[in-house]
Parts: sequence; structure tokens; C-alpha cells
Amino acid sequence: MNRTLRVLLFFLLVVVGWEILFRLRIWSPVLVPSPLSVARYLGEAVMDGTLWDATLVTLRRLLLGYVFGIVLGLPLGLLTARFRVVSDTLGLVALGLQTLPSVCWVPLALLWFGQSEMAMFFVVVMGTLWSMIIATDNGVRNVPPIYARAARTMGSSGLHVWLKVMLPASLPFIVSGMKQGWAFAWRSLMAAEIYVTILSGFGLGNLLHYGRELNAMEQVIGIMLVIIVIGLLADKILFSPWEKFLHRRWGTEK
Amino acid sequence: MTLSSELQNATPSKLSVQGVSKRFRSGGRTVHALDNVSLEIGEGEFVCLVGPSGCGKSTLLNIIAGLESADEGRVLTDGIAITGPGRDRMVMFQEAALFPWLDVLDNVLFGLALKPGLSRAERIEVAQFYLKLVGLEKFPKSYVHELSGGMKQRVALARSLAPNPRVLLMDEPFAALDALTREQLYGDLQRIWQEHRKTIVFVTHNVREAACLGDRVALFSPHPGRICGQFAIPLPRLRDINSVELARHATEVTAALKGSAAAPEEYAI
Repeated sequence: MNRTLRVLLFFLLVVVGWEILFRLRIWSPVLVPSPLSVARYLGEAVMDGTLWDATLVTLRRLLLGYVFGIVLGLPLGLLTARFRVVSDTLGLVALGLQTLPSVCWVPLALLWFGQSEMAMFFVVVMGTLWSMIIATDNGVRNVPPIYARAARTMGSSGLHVWLKVMLPASLPFIVSGMKQGWAFAWRSLMAAEIYVTILSGFGLGNLLHYGRELNAMEQVIGIMLVIIVIGLLADKILFSPWEKFLHRRWGTEK
Repeated sequence: MTLSSELQNATPSKLSVQGVSKRFRSGGRTVHALDNVSLEIGEGEFVCLVGPSGCGKSTLLNIIAGLESADEGRVLTDGIAITGPGRDRMVMFQEAALFPWLDVLDNVLFGLALKPGLSRAERIEVAQFYLKLVGLEKFPKSYVHELSGGMKQRVALARSLAPNPRVLLMDEPFAALDALTREQLYGDLQRIWQEHRKTIVFVTHNVREAACLGDRVALFSPHPGRICGQFAIPLPRLRDINSVELARHATEVTAALKGSAAAPEEYAI
């Protein structure tokens, strides 16, 4: 309770400071809108449904591409860890492409797929896939060899070792890879949505873009806040429980 | 396979190591880990392999476990050549090698789950039986990191015993534990072995430990790894590591160990 109170107090202070800056009129109100006008914009956007719709469009794009990237990246990462030839080929490609900021996929995706959902999907997959492959590969390589040896003496072999030992043993790495993949995918999708308008759906990035076009600073800031909140919620809902579970099992919590 | 047959101790195996040689290549050098080693181990016998590090005792254990293969020679269990790991020969390592993503009970169940013919409930009953045997029946839901070093090795022992092997292979399982915990485990291991007779091959570099546990101590010398002496320890059980009798036997082995180590033997092939 004490902690919650502290957090609330902190944000209250931030908003009050913001309001004071607004009232001092140091900058034009076009550039620094009041907290109230941002709240008013958000309220209207919620009431007329634009915010809700845009959030759904964005989250659908993100989840589709993200899940696909994870589902594809996990087995590929296991393969690069298992087979030297896959590691020398695909592993190298993954390492190289992971260094490429995933925003850089946007122009290519637009040329290949046009202004379509496919382009968005592609960009999100590219953001997720490579870091997932590398994290899985890294995780498997960090599994103490004694685990596999012990499993073999107990009659485990082949696929059983991989599913029951290597995969769970590399979970800490895999989860941090999933988290990184999520961050990359989220960033690249936002960039893509700001960059290009797709008629099949206006995402949060589009709203941000039109906020700029219309010089509507309260919209820009309001949407940015929504994007931040989604990022925070994803962390708390998707990854925190996993990390807690892993810390509890592995005994790595502080 | 039924539950009652599962809880009844399997007949221990006879092990026969016949002219086993093993070389490793490391950094352009060949290390002769084992050179024509032969050893007969009777049904239910407790044999300790002792020697300085690098003498090939762990290599021999791994070959018996089926985790490594011999370059020459062979190992037979009850007359049948070993070609790979098998549940008739369970292994305990220096690190407990328990799986942190499983709780204590699931760790013990890991090897059991691969044994055909038992229902889930029966497997759990078997696992609980062995947890009780090692004195951890109150900790089935604990996570591995919550256990002390000694408790971890107890779980590892339960896990090794649960599939009811004929042979138990132990690779310095107590080396990383403190002296007090170790002494407790010496007693427990001897008690369990007397009740549930297995053929045990126990690798250690601690001569006193070997004399305390083994019916027989096989002394290894390094470069190349050979058995350079064998000592029967005809003391009654349960033995106390601090007894004077035991110390006398240990001194005898230590003297032989020093004798073999004094010979300048460091050569590559």
C-alpha cells in the first residue's frame, strides 16, 4: 500500500509539474498542451471508439506476427543448437539479421507486399524471429552437459532428451529471447504504422501520425501514453508471471 | 511389471571389465586414460575406485555407465556386453544434476516415467518410497535450489534407486559436501545398500571414504590409467569413518598410493 501510494504521488507530481509548465506559457500551448486537454482527447477517442479500434488493429497485427515468429523461431533455434551445419548457415543469417534494426525491414516489406496487412505481418515476424532463434540457440548451448548425461543414464534419448531436458533447461534464455522479440516487434510495428497508412485498419501508429499531420499535440501525447501503457501491461501480463516462475524454480530471485 | 515387483529389490549384477583401454585426444596430445584395465566385481559387491585425478577412474565409470565407449576391451554385466546407457545401471554424479524446473518428486519420477508398465499412481508410490528411504519424504514439493547440498545428493540417490537398477555407479557423489553431511551419508548409504543390495562402483579420491564404504578398494595410478593394487576391507558394517581399524586400512592404501605416485610417469603417446 505504501509503495502504491508512493507511485501515485510521483505521477501526481509529474502531472502537476506539467500543468504548471503549461500555465507558465513558456512554450506555445500547441507544443505543450495541458494534461487536461490530453485527457479530454483520450476520453473522446475512447467514447467514439477510435482508440479502441486502433488498439485492436495494432494488437492483432502484433500478436499474429509475434506468435508466428515465436513458433517458427523456437524449433529453428533448437536446430541451430543441435546441428553444426544449421548453425553455420541459418545461425549466421540469424545473427546478422538480428543486428539489423527491425525498422529497416519496413521499406522492403512495402515494396514486396504493398500497403497490405501482409507487410505489417512480415515486419513483425522479422522483428521476432531472429532474436528468438538466437535466444533459443544460446539457451540450449548454456544447458549444463551433465543434465543430458544424467537423463541418458535414466533411459532418456533422442527427442525425449530435447523435449524433457534441453527445452525446459533453456527456458530462462528462451523467455528473455521472447521478451526481446516482443520489444523488437512492438518497435518495428509502430514504425511501420507511422510510416504507412493501410486502408484495412488504422492502428495506434496511424493515429500518432495523423496527430502530427493535424498539429494535434494532445493526440500525439495521448497516443504515446497509450503505447507506453500497452508496453507496460505486456511486460506485467505476458512476461512477469513467466519470469517469476523461473526465478522461483531456479532460485534466482533476489 | 507390477508395483510389488517394482518395490522388491532387483538382483544385483556381476560386472566384468575386460582389458579396457581408452585414449583421449586433447590439444594435439593423446592422453592414455585407461590402459588394459580388467576388474571383476561380484553380485552386490561394493567396490571403490581410488586414485589421483586423471587416473581414469571416472572414465571407467562412464564406460560402465555406457556414456562413453572403450577403444579396446569390453565390459559385461551378467555376461552381456554394454553398448550404451541402461536403467539397470544408474549413475550418481558429483553435482547432483537434478533438474531445477522439476520439484523433488518429479525429479525422482523422471527416470521412473520412462519405465514401461506402471501407472502414474504407482510411479508416484515408488518415488515416495525411495524419498522416504533417503529421509526426504517431507520434501516432495520442494524446489531443487531450496535443498542443501546433502539433501540434493539424497534426492539424486533416490532418483538413481527408483528405477530399481542392478548396478549403482557413483562418481565422487559426496566430494562437494561438508564433512558432517558426508559422514551422515556414509551411514545412510551403507544402511540402504544392506537393505537394498546393489552392485556399487564408487569413484573417489578420498582414501578414507573408500575404506569406509568399499568391500574392496581398487587403486588406480595415472598416465596411463591402470589398476595398481587392490585391497579387501573386511570390516563389519556399519562402519564408522573415524574408527581406528578403518584408519589402519586407509593408511595401507595411502602408502600404496604414494608409492605409485612417486614413480615419474608423465608421458604422451
